[in-house]
Amino acid sequence: MSKAALEAIKTQVMWNRLIAVVEEQAQSLLRTAFGTITREAGDLSAGVYDPQGRMIAQAMTGTPGHVNTMATAVAHFFKLYPQSTMKPGDVFITNDPWLGTGHLFDYVMMTPVFIGKKLVAFFASTCHVIDVGGVGLSAKANSSYEEGTLIPHLMIRKGGKINDELFSVILANTRNPVEVKGDLLSLISANDTGARRLIEMMQEFDLKSLDKLAAHILSTSEKGAKDAIKALPEGEWSYDLPLDGYESEILIRTKLIIRKGKILIDFTGTSAASIFGINSPRTYSLAYSVFALKAVIAPHVPNNIGSLSCFDIKTEPHTCVDPIRPSPVTARHVIGQMLADAVFGCLAQALPGKVQAESAGSIWILSLNSAHGRVAASETAHAQNFGVISIALGGIGGRPGKDGLSTMAFPSGIGGIPVEITEGQCPLWFKEKQYLPNSGGAGEWRGGLGQRIEVRNREDAPFTISAATFDRIRNAAQGRDGGKPGSKGVAKLGSGKNLPDKGIHLVPKGDSLIVELPGGGGFGDPEKRKVELIKADKQAGITV
Amino acid sequence: MPSAGANAKIMAHQLKLAADIGGTFTDIVLEHGNKRWSGKVLTTSQGPELGVLQGIQAILVESGFAAKDISVLIHGTTLATNSLIERKGAKTAFITTEGFRDVIEQGYEKRFDHYDLMIDRAEPLVPRHLRFTIGERLAANGDVLIPLDESRIAEIAEKICSENINAVAIGFLHSYAYNKHEQRIAELLKPLLPKHVTLCLSSEVAPEIREYERFSTTVANAYVRPMMAGYLKRLQDGLGAMGLNAPLYLMMSGGGLTTLETASRFPIRLVESGPAGGVILASRIAQSCKLPEVLSFDMGGTTAKICLLSGAKPERAHRFEIARAYKDMKGSGIPVRIPVIEMVEIGAGGGSIARVDKLNRLTVGPDSAGSTPGPVCYGRGGTLPTVTDANVALGKIDPAFFAGGKVALDEKASAAAFEIHIGSKLGLKDFWPAAGVAEIVEENMANAARVHAIERGKDIAKCTMVAFGGGAPLHACRLAEKIGINKIIVPSGAGVGSAIGFLQAPVAYEITKSAAINLDEFDATAVNRLLKQMTHDAEAVVKPALQNEKPTLHIVADCRYVGQGHEIQVTIPIRILTKSDGVKLKAAFEKTYAQIYGLTIPGQAAEAITWSVTSSSRVGKPQLAKMPPTRKAVEPLRSRKIYDPALGKLVSAPIYWRFDLTPGMALKGPAIIAEHETSTIVGSRFNAKINSLGYIIMERTR
Repeated sequence: MSKAALEAIKTQVMWNRLIAVVEEQAQSLLRTAFGTITREAGDLSAGVYDPQGRMIAQAMTGTPGHVNTMATAVAHFFKLYPQSTMKPGDVFITNDPWLGTGHLFDYVMMTPVFIGKKLVAFFASTCHVIDVGGVGLSAKANSSYEEGTLIPHLMIRKGGKINDELFSVILANTRNPVEVKGDLLSLISANDTGARRLIEMMQEFDLKSLDKLAAHILSTSEKGAKDAIKALPEGEWSYDLPLDGYESEILIRTKLIIRKGKILIDFTGTSAASIFGINSPRTYSLAYSVFALKAVIAPHVPNNIGSLSCFDIKTEPHTCVDPIRPSPVTARHVIGQMLADAVFGCLAQALPGKVQAESAGSIWILSLNSAHGRVAASETAHAQNFGVISIALGGIGGRPGKDGLSTMAFPSGIGGIPVEITEGQCPLWFKEKQYLPNSGGAGEWRGGLGQRIEVRNREDAPFTISAATFDRIRNAAQGRDGGKPGSKGVAKLGSGKNLPDKGIHLVPKGDSLIVELPGGGGFGDPEKRKVELIKADKQAGITV
Repeated sequence: MPSAGANAKIMAHQLKLAADIGGTFTDIVLEHGNKRWSGKVLTTSQGPELGVLQGIQAILVESGFAAKDISVLIHGTTLATNSLIERKGAKTAFITTEGFRDVIEQGYEKRFDHYDLMIDRAEPLVPRHLRFTIGERLAANGDVLIPLDESRIAEIAEKICSENINAVAIGFLHSYAYNKHEQRIAELLKPLLPKHVTLCLSSEVAPEIREYERFSTTVANAYVRPMMAGYLKRLQDGLGAMGLNAPLYLMMSGGGLTTLETASRFPIRLVESGPAGGVILASRIAQSCKLPEVLSFDMGGTTAKICLLSGAKPERAHRFEIARAYKDMKGSGIPVRIPVIEMVEIGAGGGSIARVDKLNRLTVGPDSAGSTPGPVCYGRGGTLPTVTDANVALGKIDPAFFAGGKVALDEKASAAAFEIHIGSKLGLKDFWPAAGVAEIVEENMANAARVHAIERGKDIAKCTMVAFGGGAPLHACRLAEKIGINKIIVPSGAGVGSAIGFLQAPVAYEITKSAAINLDEFDATAVNRLLKQMTHDAEAVVKPALQNEKPTLHIVADCRYVGQGHEIQVTIPIRILTKSDGVKLKAAFEKTYAQIYGLTIPGQAAEAITWSVTSSSRVGKPQLAKMPPTRKAVEPLRSRKIYDPALGKLVSAPIYWRFDLTPGMALKGPAIIAEHETSTIVGSRFNAKINSLGYIIMERTR
């Protein structure tokens, strides 16, 4: 009795420790990263894998789109590099969208951990680097070759020695070599930090391998997910989600199948891949659709291969949820992050009254650049050459029992970037960045608000905006269970003209860029909304 | 009238009084030379000054001194923190730049828990209808892009009056670079508002870049100011009525003391003052025992605080998050930019509640049963088992000694609660659920300590642990085993450690300002100008408390590689800087960077982004501790069975009364050393010995 009790407590202590180890790994990365999208908005992730490549713990710091996709990258490293050939001090790298985390901007690094000669685990981490060459952070490329430089699964450090040739290749193909080098070194050092801590932990607990602990974590998690799925009704439910798309509208056709403790999401019938870079590689599609489902069904169950093994997706190649190389994918989150709403559309039928309304979905990345090279040289002769990113977030759908969250990302986990930080890096200034009244869909529980952002240039010069990630301009976030849709997005010039598509647009000198982020859909019948809440919204001026 | 009290040479022979208001208890300590009296009274949340006055009366009676004999009173309090947590501050308005009405509500625009769809962001301290905007706009360098529109002031003032607002915060974008717009608004508004309405400017409260954090700090300061100013006034009146007219100093979160006047202006700097006092105690112990690396471990009823000190100095920071509203999660509270001692605080205290979650995992905290209803064993209505209940069930707390025997502990009720809420769900019997709870809470603290150490680039195993606060001496040995520490010191008065720390703090004030300076192209003139002004401002706050003593200066810059978002502190020499100092500062920055992250980024420019100037009084050196020859300990009072986690079984442990143990006495673990305000558990792998100052020194034997 006492021995078993001690053992059980010890196992749990080790599990907690493992989570602390990956959290350290992620913090190390966050503190040393260069890109604002990583360091201010949190576009990164970190995790630990057993020798079979199964993710057993991940950091809370980071974004879900990376976490599940990182497992794919790890699996591919194993195919190319048998474990018997790996040595202490080795580090592997890739940014292959199909075999990594879905676009070239995310570098994945994997570091094997040894105790003596025995390989006991792997650490992997990912962050979004500032630039990978190509057409930059836009969707206008028509193939992944135009999108930037792809680094296949290679070794960036071999037996402790940095691979300088590979570094040279990567840095020769980016507009920001110093920052990219810094970010890549940060990834290496974050994994090293994790490895050091893991070795200490294994010595402290006198572990020769993680096998037993991994088995416990995975079986507990799998059981948690299975129990949660068992509580659901069995059956099939379908939902069609229309999106703006790029050259034409896109339909995400979704069927949710719950059977025998497993869940399958079938995207058969979804639109063909776009000729522009908004397609979501299968690995990324899987990550976000499963993340969303799990957040409703089993939020308390840890995210690892044990719990994720109860979920799968079915896709048709050459569709926008399963594009085939060299289909362009830079702005893959435009489709990928909308899959949460597609899945919720099905799940809401299985679990009436329990699933939130639709959200703004795809985060709008304001990729703002000086107009150098895009207009006559005379127009930018005295202008500063710059490139900055700001994150614009809309509303989340109304929830059962609560209003939707305003101006926050869902399903992405990243946040905004302070206006004062962005303005310190360029001559642009924000005339406005605040809640957009009336943007949340009406409902018993109102949808979250979008926001209105206006950007101007201090200099008498034009600048450009990439509209690659702007969706829900024609297709609003729908309400749930009688709730009304949220407001549609708007992207236009201060002088009035709407931006026609997801391309790169010029904001002429003296003019401004205005974006209005979509609101979340409402939940439940607006007639049932409590009078106090209606009054409070009026008093706050968020409904007028 | 005695001296202003800051001068250590004078203070050493004075009668010094300290009062620390915590969530559950108010601790009072009176010190005269080497003699010390201490006491605990229940915190009187309705009128906190009443508890302080009551506690002072009691300690005066005990010591035989009169109120007029007191030469200085030093006070720390969690009142500001609590009023933010409980949302009991003033009705506050916020005036900001047109187009940015929602900055304090939008916050980081980040879901702090990815996997929980039902989270809520922290409710802003000022609701939207009380957030007013004014046409104006500054650029990042302080240039005026849109001139200040003064036409709406009267209308806003009228609204502020009709809404019965008591505090107004003013925050414009980039005001850290140019403060005239905020100042002008305050100037125009003041005559239009009733006298009692408080005005706080972001350019004064926290002149640092990042609008959300600056505004949030300013609003929080305004929100607590009327209440704190009122409380401090009532306290002063009450002390006066008692005949205690000695100067009153307030402990700040950064570890320095300040005057009543400054505390009333910037009460936000008083949050976390109790824990700061504890770290000062640890720092003094590091000096008296000559400890190069220290981990201070302070565990009270609600939280545990862990802080690392090198060369007797803690690291400092200027960001802190108050009132985490959602499961103690990072990001769910209110960020404030104030000088704080860098420490990690987690929801692991005596009152932390233990549960079994949906996956059948044992969890402890972060919520606490507090003093009401309190742990089950207090018999005041608590039904959920807590860490204190676990310590009772494991034999570590002897009911006969608890709180000097004044509170009767119900051991049976504790045991029943463990059976119902933990044991039956996990299939554990007897004391095993309690053993699990103790182990989990100790592991939680160990993890927090480890993560904290890596963030600071420190090797935790080299530290000596200094344990104080009611809970720490109970858990210190096990925590030390987990993180590889070999030596632990439990100072005398450990149960009221923070209040004792107050008595040893310097009078100090820190000013922080954002100004990006590239180290590779170092503009020494601009830096000298900036630091001169900041030095002047900081000294102006401190000097009135110092009589003729000259304050010391400490200047640091937060540096990073250009393009990064997180900084590392570099110490700036106190002299006129020259161009070549840029290279030296960069070298110092890179040295620390390599220490923390294992590498540097060759070829990348570095910049200093925030500058901090601290002016403080000199503090005398503490008495050095000696280790007298070893003597046999007195006979224990009796023995009792306690659970030993390292052995995984119950063992018999002798109980000693702390004041029976005199310098030089040594004993072997397992043992219990009891005193009124806490008990020290000597683990089975530790020996304990008393040093010349009466501290318990525990060393690991294997």
